Amino acid sequence: MGMDRDEICQKVQGVLVDALGVDEDEVTSDATLMGDLGAESIDFLDIVFRLEKAFGIKVPREELFPAESLLNNPELVSNGKLTAKGLAELRERVPHTDLSEFQKNPDLSKLADLFTVNAIVTYLDTKLNAG
Amino acid sequence: MRWMWIDKFVEFESGHHATAIKNVTMAEEHLHDHFPGFPIMPECLMIEAMAQTAGILVGEAMNFREKVILAKIGKAVFFDFVKPGDSLRLDAEIATISPEAASTSGKITRAGELIAEIDLMFSHVDRNLAGKKFPEENFVFTGTFTSLLRDVALNRAKPVEQGTEPG
Repeated sequence: MGMDRDEICQKVQGVLVDALGVDEDEVTSDATLMGDLGAESIDFLDIVFRLEKAFGIKVPREELFPAESLLNNPELVSNGKLTAKGLAELRERVPHTDLSEFQKNPDLSKLADLFTVNAIVTYLDTKLNAG
Repeated sequence: MRWMWIDKFVEFESGHHATAIKNVTMAEEHLHDHFPGFPIMPECLMIEAMAQTAGILVGEAMNFREKVILAKIGKAVFFDFVKPGDSLRLDAEIATISPEAASTSGKITRAGELIAEIDLMFSHVDRNLAGKKFPEENFVFTGTFTSLLRDVALNRAKPVEQGTEPG
């Protein structure tokens, strides 16, 4: 059930246009969901639901947006930043996201910048084309 | 006045779809101001009517255990005015339901004519807003709405399995 990355990109773009009411040309690959596209918490679930329909697969929310569940764990967060343990946990949960910039200053407010269009496409690419 | 914008359910298939009726009447106070001499049902109240239809459908799918809150209006498109004397049919169906939330799609018609298309998302509020505490009792599904279900037999034999999509 392999799928071309371009095809995935196109479908993801359609999903985000519908879920967030944005224009197609706003959905660039490095656009952040919250900062650039204005997504709020319920939108993340909406996106998950729509991706499941569009791609016909199960998309566990914590797999696609794994950082969400780290935020409330005092072991992983201290003074508004991820602890070393939190960072390690994050790295494990988001193997498909580039963390090199973020880990220089793992501020929670910057965590939102990790949710990019590209991260969704990469996640789906891995999921659909693994093996 | 009671905050009830549907009059009764006429169809109810647990976890899948529900149909409610709303009869619009000149006895509704706001119609005299909206607008004087030109009474029409406010579109926001059509959204509310759909939210009640779809919200009860979603709540029943989880046996009314969850506090089901309207979280997002994905789509609301209106095609005609609704006037006193009109009888509206509200059809709602569950598109996706998970432990945390549900999305529904709905249509409002009047004698077969399409009046509105309204897609909604509901949050099961205890499972989403981490860290916030809500009252123990289910303040969403109080006794008042049960009379809406008087004409339909609820088949609860097969509650929707959490996290699956109704076929």
